[in-house]
Amino acid sequence: MPRNAMLEVKGGDITGTVRGFLEKLLEKKAVDALLVPVEVPSKKNVVQTMVTDIAQLADVSPLAPVMPVNTAKIISSVTKVAASTKKVGVILRSCELRALVEMVKLKQADMNNIVTIGIDCFGTYSVTDYAVFSQEHDTPAGEYLKKAASGTDTLLRPACKICQYPYPLTADMTIGLFGLPIEKEILVHSGTKEGDQVFEALGLDGEADPAKRDEALSALKSERQKLKEEFLAQVQQEAGGLDNMLSVLSACVACHNCRIACPICYCRECLLDSPTFVEWEAEKYLDWASRKGALRLPADSLLFHLVRMNHMGASCVACGLCEDACPNSIAVYKLFCLAGSRVQETFEYTPGRSADDELPLTAFKEEEFKGFEK
Amino acid sequence: MADDNKDFEPILVGFFCNWCTSTAADLAGTTRLQYPPNIRPIRTMCSGSVDPIYILRALLSGADGIIIGGCNPGDCHYVSGNYKARRRIAGLKTILDTLGLENDRVWLKWISAAEGQKFAVTMRDFTEKIKELGPSPFRKNWSV
Ligand code: SF4
Ligand code: SF4
Ligand code: FES
Repeated sequence: MPRNAMLEVKGGDITGTVRGFLEKLLEKKAVDALLVPVEVPSKKNVVQTMVTDIAQLADVSPLAPVMPVNTAKIISSVTKVAASTKKVGVILRSCELRALVEMVKLKQADMNNIVTIGIDCFGTYSVTDYAVFSQEHDTPAGEYLKKAASGTDTLLRPACKICQYPYPLTADMTIGLFGLPIEKEILVHSGTKEGDQVFEALGLDGEADPAKRDEALSALKSERQKLKEEFLAQVQQEAGGLDNMLSVLSACVACHNCRIACPICYCRECLLDSPTFVEWEAEKYLDWASRKGALRLPADSLLFHLVRMNHMGASCVACGLCEDACPNSIAVYKLFCLAGSRVQETFEYTPGRSADDELPLTAFKEEEFKGFEK
Repeated sequence: MADDNKDFEPILVGFFCNWCTSTAADLAGTTRLQYPPNIRPIRTMCSGSVDPIYILRALLSGADGIIIGGCNPGDCHYVSGNYKARRRIAGLKTILDTLGLENDRVWLKWISAAEGQKFAVTMRDFTEKIKELGPSPFRKNWSV
């Protein structure tokens, strides 16, 4: 049974309310540690932080609009060698949680003892925009939430403006903001047994009506669907065809930062960095060059992007962090969002929707996709 | 277009499963069936071992057409390699189609070891269709 409770927001301090909730989680030993966004001393950034001491939650700032690293990647590196033996509560935005679900399916993260606390997300800024914004305001998160409510935030990253799932899909617990009078109260929702245990430990429950949130979400959803289709149509026009594609990628220096930022790309040694692709005698490069009369170097940048789309496109959660990581502002997110969306349509697959949906490239049926045969 | 391409001899790359299409190619040869010589066959252990990276590498290097030959559904020696290959091709062709990158130049075909005739006919069809498409735009493009 899903359980809901409202948390009262005192003095309009939404961050303070969430902080109070997180403090209780540690205090009542509902979890042993928290992996939560904490503001760094310079205030220029908010970074995921493993907190075991309640006092260290003083600068917790889960609503600040910045996502320097996709948290799914962090959970993967924390649990890769061995799963957690203690309960860790983790705050995740929807795209982080969806990426985590994909990583678990790809066997790159272990959810043992991980309690997911999803959070409604009005969108995030780039790390560089946030560094400026945070210096201009005493309470950056509060300032941002005011703008979010009025729908006039021009700093939002392109990926966030068309995000189809700004609400957590599979969290043990959700902190709900959409459609609610967040200056007065916010929602805590439990979606799983783990969530229920936390509700019990905290003695939560009570009167709560999430109907307004549901309404707001379905309105937002249809608006976003339209925006996304318009966006994709435009990308297809701008990038479609070899010449346009190469024009979009013209400034690519093959640094592969986009792949490093991507939560889904997990191979320890990417084939495209392997000796098969990069370790050749000069003779071989001359040979390649002589085929077309010339050879762009570093070689294979289009190949790199296309291969990556093929390998991970079905699981792309459209977080946009690839584009943020590009030193030359190449529209990598645009390309991957377009290709990923179409691949996901082909496979009727929504990455991050459920741990039970099989990964499209490992599953198969005997009768399917005949249209792709000759 | 077709007229301009009369003298165009396409470069075709075939990734052929060892257990079926490769044998069919040998059979076509030993039974002296005629088919155009454009295909450069590459033997693979299973159609399921053909990662899109190889297909893309060939395409971007300037191959005019790429064909993957595998065992008929139900006959893969590794049980499900061909079904997985079909999924990979579905993804690859979706991406190429979405980005306007010559999706029609990639073919997937099931040809069993006994089907020498089918192999020859397929190579004829394939060569003809790619001739109609003309040279790949990747052929001369050095900046990919
Ligand atoms: S490809 Fe880009 S948008 Fe997609 S999951 Fe990776 S980083 Fe996020
Ligand atoms: S798209 Fe940008 S981040 Fe990715 S390899 Fe090219 S230059 Fe590097
Ligand atoms: S063995 Fe021929 S396709 Fe798998």
